Amino acid sequence: MNIHEYQAKALFEKFGVPVPKGAAAKTKEEFDTALAQLPEGATMVKSQIHAGGRGKGTFTDGYKGGVKFCKTKADAKEIAGKMLGNTLVTVQTGPAGRKVQTVYFTVASDIKKEYYLAVLLDRASSRPVIVASTEGGVEIEKVAHDTPEKITKVVIDPAIGIADFQLRQLISALQLSGNEAKNAAKLIKNLYTMFWETDAAMVEVNPLITTPAGDVLALDAKVSFDSNALYRHPEIVALRDLNEEDPKEIEASKFDLAYIALDGNIACLVNGAGLAMSTMDIIKHYGGNPANFLDVGGGASKEKVVAAFKIILGDANVKGIFVNIFGGIMDCNVIAEGVVEAVKEVGLKLPLVVRLEGNNVAAGKATLAKSGLSLVSGDTMADAAQKIVKLVA
Amino acid sequence: MSILITPKTKILVQGITGAFGAKHAQLSLDYGTQVVAGVTPGKGGQVFEHAGHKVPIFNSVHEAAAATGATVSAIFVPPPFAADAILECVDANLDLAVCITEGIPIKDMIRVKRAIAGKKTRLVGPNCPGLVTPGDGENSKGGCRIGIAPGYIHKQGHVGVVSRSGTLTYEAVFQLTSKNIGQTTCVGIGGDPVNGTSHLDVIKLFNEDPDTHGIIMIGEIGGSAEVEAARWIKANCKKPVAGFIAGATAPAGRRMGHAGAIVGGAEDTAAAKIAVFKECGIEVAVTPSDMADALLRAAAAKGVKLS
Repeated sequence: MNIHEYQAKALFEKFGVPVPKGAAAKTKEEFDTALAQLPEGATMVKSQIHAGGRGKGTFTDGYKGGVKFCKTKADAKEIAGKMLGNTLVTVQTGPAGRKVQTVYFTVASDIKKEYYLAVLLDRASSRPVIVASTEGGVEIEKVAHDTPEKITKVVIDPAIGIADFQLRQLISALQLSGNEAKNAAKLIKNLYTMFWETDAAMVEVNPLITTPAGDVLALDAKVSFDSNALYRHPEIVALRDLNEEDPKEIEASKFDLAYIALDGNIACLVNGAGLAMSTMDIIKHYGGNPANFLDVGGGASKEKVVAAFKIILGDANVKGIFVNIFGGIMDCNVIAEGVVEAVKEVGLKLPLVVRLEGNNVAAGKATLAKSGLSLVSGDTMADAAQKIVKLVA
Repeated sequence: MSILITPKTKILVQGITGAFGAKHAQLSLDYGTQVVAGVTPGKGGQVFEHAGHKVPIFNSVHEAAAATGATVSAIFVPPPFAADAILECVDANLDLAVCITEGIPIKDMIRVKRAIAGKKTRLVGPNCPGLVTPGDGENSKGGCRIGIAPGYIHKQGHVGVVSRSGTLTYEAVFQLTSKNIGQTTCVGIGGDPVNGTSHLDVIKLFNEDPDTHGIIMIGEIGGSAEVEAARWIKANCKKPVAGFIAGATAPAGRRMGHAGAIVGGAEDTAAAKIAVFKECGIEVAVTPSDMADALLRAAAAKGVKLS
């Protein structure tokens, strides 16, 4: 689960990670109250959407830049008016962009130097890792590729937590000394505590900055949480912004279906995450384009199949459907009955290819055959994939 | 022969009184697996009955193992309690804990992984379909089935299968059995980013098992476990190996059902993993329908008989 920058910074402050003073506004009426909390002077206005590349983004009405520097609070108010309610397109949003429903005003800090800092899971060691670099404010992937020696990784022993010598390693890698070193060490320690205590999946600060006054501040904040752990963090669940999620994905989660919208035109309905991923792959392999990832899970019922059909048909781009089920324990006939019921209920007009294999498959195929529906059967995944690609082409 | 489990292995089931655990304990009993104990705290003394089997239930793994000689646990307890269930197996010195539970917080698994390092107990999973060593009966009955895989699709034989994904494992096993090629053991290691047993751990066991003549390794986007296993195979494994990687079309940064299936960088894409497979002499299945055929090609190239 992702949260907005202004929410992440509120969490930072709670855990003792210093950030520039800021205030958020969800309506134009709130601009004045928000700005009143900041001192007069240089102010940043930041569009709050769950996507990166905001600064270089363009709004659908042509206005450029989702993050702006303003010399005065009055300017900031005017700029915020152009952002709020407008739709911002960045490299990460896709062409449709995201509607900006919150703007965040912060004090524009004097920057001495920019750094990079993140805490995430190191899969190789199965432990948390702190990643730090003197190259902040730029794409970290590019730094990792071009100058890997400028990135320092410190793996944390979860039984001990972050040790002082590790903080010294990080401070030394960031080439900080004196007050800056002291402040940065405290910030890193607190950031790690926040990562661990909140069950975060990733905490990224890019850039982390030093100021001429010797302060160390998190200028940006990107935080995501382990969705498996949300049950023990109601305070974090409360930060969820449904406006930032695909309505079809929200609907799917109500039925315990794992759905992810893609930009192709062949909808997939599959059991099992691995099989669902490879169903998308095989469609692509034979020249088609998958419209979604959809895993109905191991215990799919008729109701779940019907709900899944409704969700995939909610995507206007869909021109055909591929149902691929390997019923290990699951009864293929239950799936077949679900498919028949769903097709009748939604009055499906699009081509449908069904590949069933596994438990009670003969009964499942018989149910499909006697349904009178115009669907095509596939014997193997490859056979079925080629058929749906051909039908949609 | 087989790896990790044999038809004689005695199993206990943690969470046997829950609907999910009960259903699969029944299916394992039907398969002929030695399910000798159940564990549910507070329900010790009760009996789990199914088709003439009477399986005693205990309050703790310690008691169950001591009373029945069970050496392996199948864990079906809900996510908030699963990490504790694994640690209990480790404390009871079991040989193997197989955690089926899906949705365990990553932090819990980070701690578990740290706590079990160097201990006797091996963990498979979590979020996995479990293991099957097929038996020699009808529809491979008489084998050892731990977890949720369909037993009847298997056949006793000489191919080892290791995979992160359940349904893809079934797909591979079904293809093998349809071609009359049997399996030694099929291991689902699970789709989470922090798990107990890696692809490489299982590959090493298959490599040492004289009865395993060929291996199918199924991976996914995310992490570098498949790459690590492939490099080891290149240097150490003479047996024919076929590989498949799911998720070639997955967009970066989106979690594809499994918590571990997410592309984070250039190294963990399907294309990068497939390139390493090829470079390491692993026969790559072009589509998931091609997994058994890919192994047949690899075996033919090495002059190895699979059945």
